[in-house]
Amino acid sequence: MQTAFEVGTFDNGAHKVVLTPAAEAPEVIRLEGIHKTYSMGDVEVHALRGVTLGIREGEFVAIMGASGSGKSTTMNIIGCLDSPTRGHYELDGEDVSGLSKDERADIRLRKLGFVFQGFNLLSRTSALENVELPMLYAGVEPAERHRRATEALHAVGLAGREQNHPNQLSGGQQQRVAIARALVNDPKLILADEPTGALDSRTSVEVMDIFQRLNRERGITLVLVTHEPDIAAYADRVVVFKDGRIQKDYRVTAPRDAAEELRNLPAVEDDEVEEEA
Amino acid sequence: MNVLMIIRIAFRALARNKSRAALTMLGIIIGVSAVIVMVSIGQGASATVQSQIESMGTNLLFVSAGAQNVGGVRGGAGDSNTGSPLTVEDLEAVKREVPSVSLVSPVVNSRAQLVAGNQNWSTQVQGVSDQFPEIRKWAVQSGGFFTDADVRTAARVVVIGQTIADNLFPGQDAVGQTLRVSNMPFRVVGVMARKGQDPQGRDQDDAAFAPYTSVQKKLLGNTRVQVAYVSAVSQDATYTAQTQIAELLRQRHKLAPGAADDFTVRNMSDVAEAANQTNSTMTVLLGCIAGVSLLVGGIGIMNIMLVSVTERTREIGIRMAIGARSSAVRTQFLIESIVLSLTGGATGIVLGVVASVTVPLLLGWPTLVSTASIVGSVLFSAAVGIFFGYYPARKAAGLDPIEALRYE
Ligand SMILES: Nc1ncnc2c1ncn2[C@@H]1O[C@H](COP(=O)(O)OP(=O)(O)O)[C@@H](O)[C@H]1O
Ligand SMILES: [Mg+2]
Repeated sequence: MQTAFEVGTFDNGAHKVVLTPAAEAPEVIRLEGIHKTYSMGDVEVHALRGVTLGIREGEFVAIMGASGSGKSTTMNIIGCLDSPTRGHYELDGEDVSGLSKDERADIRLRKLGFVFQGFNLLSRTSALENVELPMLYAGVEPAERHRRATEALHAVGLAGREQNHPNQLSGGQQQRVAIARALVNDPKLILADEPTGALDSRTSVEVMDIFQRLNRERGITLVLVTHEPDIAAYADRVVVFKDGRIQKDYRVTAPRDAAEELRNLPAVEDDEVEEEA
Repeated sequence: MNVLMIIRIAFRALARNKSRAALTMLGIIIGVSAVIVMVSIGQGASATVQSQIESMGTNLLFVSAGAQNVGGVRGGAGDSNTGSPLTVEDLEAVKREVPSVSLVSPVVNSRAQLVAGNQNWSTQVQGVSDQFPEIRKWAVQSGGFFTDADVRTAARVVVIGQTIADNLFPGQDAVGQTLRVSNMPFRVVGVMARKGQDPQGRDQDDAAFAPYTSVQKKLLGNTRVQVAYVSAVSQDATYTAQTQIAELLRQRHKLAPGAADDFTVRNMSDVAEAANQTNSTMTVLLGCIAGVSLLVGGIGIMNIMLVSVTERTREIGIRMAIGARSSAVRTQFLIESIVLSLTGGATGIVLGVVASVTVPLLLGWPTLVSTASIVGSVLFSAAVGIFFGYYPARKAAGLDPIEALRYE
């Protein structure tokens, strides 16, 4: 296991980035000797075999690895959707490895945001209502809910699309609604499992641009699973899994800058994208 | 996590698929409207019987020959084997000696052919006394009723009902005309007011009335009396009259103490009760059939809710991943099911009431919408929603978010 970090240099042109060196910020995630074993009848599947990982506030981490290496299992544990069979997990300074189902639901509601490969929006429900959903469960007042959802849709560049249903939006736009939804309860951490897996390359860059801006401008901690090295290259740090263990963990010296790349790409009108989709 | 918020979530979820919600409610809608209509038809029938019985006069008593015919409304048709234990003298004694009795009329029936000119009509000729119209509260429309003198002399006079007047003397005044009753000429002295159908649906205007003495002598050839109408002095006096008549008749028939009555005295409340019993049996039966359809409606809700939980597995996964507790998901589905069954119930009530109002216009059956059936339907639909929604809701709440999100 590699523990020596290379400290990256950030030169992001238009973004006047003032970033606390990751090594000094407090840890949001502390995984200590995590094991996850699934029993399928008499066969035991060891999905994770002792994962120790710390992620500091404000980091943008990409998790890579071959299929079946344990990336999603790790994400599920980090996301409090699942509990480890063995080991300890501290989220935001709180030990969450032994929490009940309801307690984990409350943590997800207050501290976490999820973005999935398949978008996972509620169908026949407007973009605005999809974004309002986490606030409904958090008991936010209607006026406040509306204001924050509108604001989040603005932040991901979907102003004016509030009333569109998912089937009236392109894949990239749907993923942006999902990001707005993940964002709206002001989470400590956003977890994204292959968020660009269903998107074409240009739309992927657009989505990565949003992630980079959330990370750099709002200081939101991001953990993103991808099997594409091109996508991992937007992160500050890459963790590579192999057979349920961390194989490599390194800082990206010069992460790609999505905003810069978008400026150099030929302009495409939003509406044309929608027609293509 | 407050319930109001979950109710809002449930309503939003239902609003997302309105046509499915409507289809799910269909069973309950049909069930509830069936209950309302069935019960209101039953209640209407029973109310009609009551009002008709009341219109016959609440101080009316029936005295009939023969022992009590258990459970029957029209029992006591006479005891022809042992000779009539009820005689005209008995009835005259009742009228003379029982202080709580004001009017008495023997009733002797005979089916006869009535002929006038080239028209003929087969009907029931009832031999009664001149007090019949007063006892039955049945007015004479034209002409007059026969008199006590007609009874004493067994005069060949007849008073006919509207149906007979219409059929034997179409477009003419029947009063003063002569018709033949079983080939004997009778003079029509009056026509009764229109009365309509009796509780059993028979046309009461299809009847002719003659002095009972005339019917006994000219048509029947005997002096038996099968039944008699008796009026008590007031409604309160009917029970007193009943006992006093029974005492007198036992005495006159020389019945030993402990021997069974060879006659029956009934008052209208007894008759009403018997009629009511028949009707409430019918109401309960109809209500049960309708209740079964309500149950089927409930099973329909459970079925669709189960399908819905399976179909919306991904949605459930999304809600849970976002931070919904299991209890919130369970409550949401339970509320959806209750909203479906209650909305279905409310729609069913509206349809049922509309149908109950329409049925009398279309079919001529009287109906009476009962509050009990409406309140019952509301409670029952809520119970159906909770009962049949609980299992699907628990199934939804028990889903694992990771599995649910993976569901295609
Ligand atoms: N629910 C489960 N039951 C049984 N085995 C599982 C389950 N989830 C994952 N696994 C197994 O655990 C291993 C790691 O899976 P996963 O974390 O999904 O890998 P990745 O996301 O890196 O492709 C795989 O061998 C997979 O088959
Ligand atoms: Mg995976």
